[in-house]
Amino acid sequence: MKCTGKVVKYGDNVDTDVIIPARYLNTSDPKELAAHCMEDIDGSFHDKITDGDIIVGGENFGCGSSREHAPIAIKASGISLVIAKSFARIFYRNAINIGLAIVECPEAAEAIEEGHTVEADLDSGLIMDLTTREAFTAEPFPEFIQNIIAAGGLVNAAKSGIIA
Amino acid sequence: MPMTMSQKILAAHAGLESVEAGQLILCKLDRIHGNDITSPVAIREFKKMGFDKVANPDNVTLIMDHFVPNKDIKAAQQCKCCRDFASEQKLESFFDVGRMGIEHALIPEEGLVVTGDVAIGADSHTCTYGALGAFSTGVGSTDMAFGMATGKAWFKVPSAIKFVLTGSLPKYVSGKDVILHIIGMIGVDGARYKSMEFTGTGAHSLSMPDRLTVCNMAIEAGAKNGIFEVDDVTLAYEKEHAKREIRVFKADEDAKYDAVYEIDLNKLRPTVAFPHLPENTRTVDEIGDIRIDQVVIGSCTNGLFKDMKEAADIIRGRKVAKNVRAIIIPATQDIYLRCLEAGFIRDFIEAGCVVSTPTCGPCLGGYMGILAEGERCVSTTNRNFVGRMGHVDSEVYLASPATAAASAIMGKIASAEEVVK
Repeated sequence: MKCTGKVVKYGDNVDTDVIIPARYLNTSDPKELAAHCMEDIDGSFHDKITDGDIIVGGENFGCGSSREHAPIAIKASGISLVIAKSFARIFYRNAINIGLAIVECPEAAEAIEEGHTVEADLDSGLIMDLTTREAFTAEPFPEFIQNIIAAGGLVNAAKSGIIA
Repeated sequence: MPMTMSQKILAAHAGLESVEAGQLILCKLDRIHGNDITSPVAIREFKKMGFDKVANPDNVTLIMDHFVPNKDIKAAQQCKCCRDFASEQKLESFFDVGRMGIEHALIPEEGLVVTGDVAIGADSHTCTYGALGAFSTGVGSTDMAFGMATGKAWFKVPSAIKFVLTGSLPKYVSGKDVILHIIGMIGVDGARYKSMEFTGTGAHSLSMPDRLTVCNMAIEAGAKNGIFEVDDVTLAYEKEHAKREIRVFKADEDAKYDAVYEIDLNKLRPTVAFPHLPENTRTVDEIGDIRIDQVVIGSCTNGLFKDMKEAADIIRGRKVAKNVRAIIIPATQDIYLRCLEAGFIRDFIEAGCVVSTPTCGPCLGGYMGILAEGERCVSTTNRNFVGRMGHVDSEVYLASPATAAASAIMGKIASAEEVVK
């Protein structure tokens, strides 16, 4: 799977309360959640992005609450991939489970700047900053997790009996 | 291969002789739970997976606690979705208004998770039950759905950090100060993906409510779980609450830890986490004059009877400062009743506090105490992120019930020592 898009960049400890504030958790509708995605950290998030764009974050991306509404809001906003130095653990598994592509790569997350165009090949782990022509390699996921991702998330993995 | 306490519990639930850090395993679950925010998503995913029936209705628990009594029409719809599912699946363990409490206070109180269990909950503070010597961790709604459908969850076996506690807590210092001190020391991602295991004579000296508070905030250090070694305090608690056989697991003497920290409880001071991260800690001696607008005493972190008592003992016979709103929220119906019988509710009301039915409401900026622009709140809750309790330009200071109560009286962040002279 390949993702190509323009980058919006954030710092360390982007928490689930700023990804989707709890005042909007009275719904689980992906479109409604997407409308408020990143609202408390970046009011112009939706003006900046178009379908397929990529979020780059720092350490501990997605820390805080277990709300799956956070990766759902990001995915429904049209973001194709989140690259971060590291992910908080519940966000990490939620993203995998719902089929939001994520890649942990400290070097790429450090070097890539806002507005750059990036291409990532999730199978090989190759991340290419097309603006600077700089290349990075992320650790591939363990096979067990690759199978969930390949199935399109935990729902499909469960349906097809890949894990049980 | 020597194992940590968490690894032993996971191995036993995966049907394996031993496990090691990094290994991916499927575990049998003793309890799967969700709340009124996370369960509707889980129910939707459960149906998408094509399942009709939960694997075992006896180990699925739904607790309506975040936006109840329903704060608006959408919240009401979400609770209705949970209520209909509980009825359709014949879930005995469904807690609605009148029976509910804040999930992480209610679950140990009801004996729904016990010593030696593996439990997941679609709420990040599910790590609370490590206080009982169980492996419990927060997950998302899709994991909850998979857990309900199959009775299992996948885990990457965590490595661990060991905290050897010595001494005992000084007056006006509690479990909240212990965990804030630790988060200040290791940072909000200091235990990311890892277990935090608590041991030592100091750990054994802590009461069960203090242990629950410590484990509750393990997630605020990024941990997968927090867990206390089982001792007489655990066994006494479970004698009263467990309705099933408990299983006691102990870390191997030669288990490997990523780091070992020794903490002398005698040296701890009341601690406050400044905006906007739980790691921004200062002791009450380093604070200065910070005026406040609101105090919240409650939540899954500090809404237990002991927390209410510590607050009442400071508030009794005094008045909440002018221009401060003090909101007290006992975490369960049983705790509420005990506070009533002990006279705490009268103490709170006479001092000018408001006392609410159990809810998570203000902690996550849901309702029941939203902050306006520029307002400051001292709160016994667990997160002080940007906009957590309301306006993006409001501020949350995390503290213990004693410090929060003292702050309500003084109208500024204050220690109990300043009030009770």
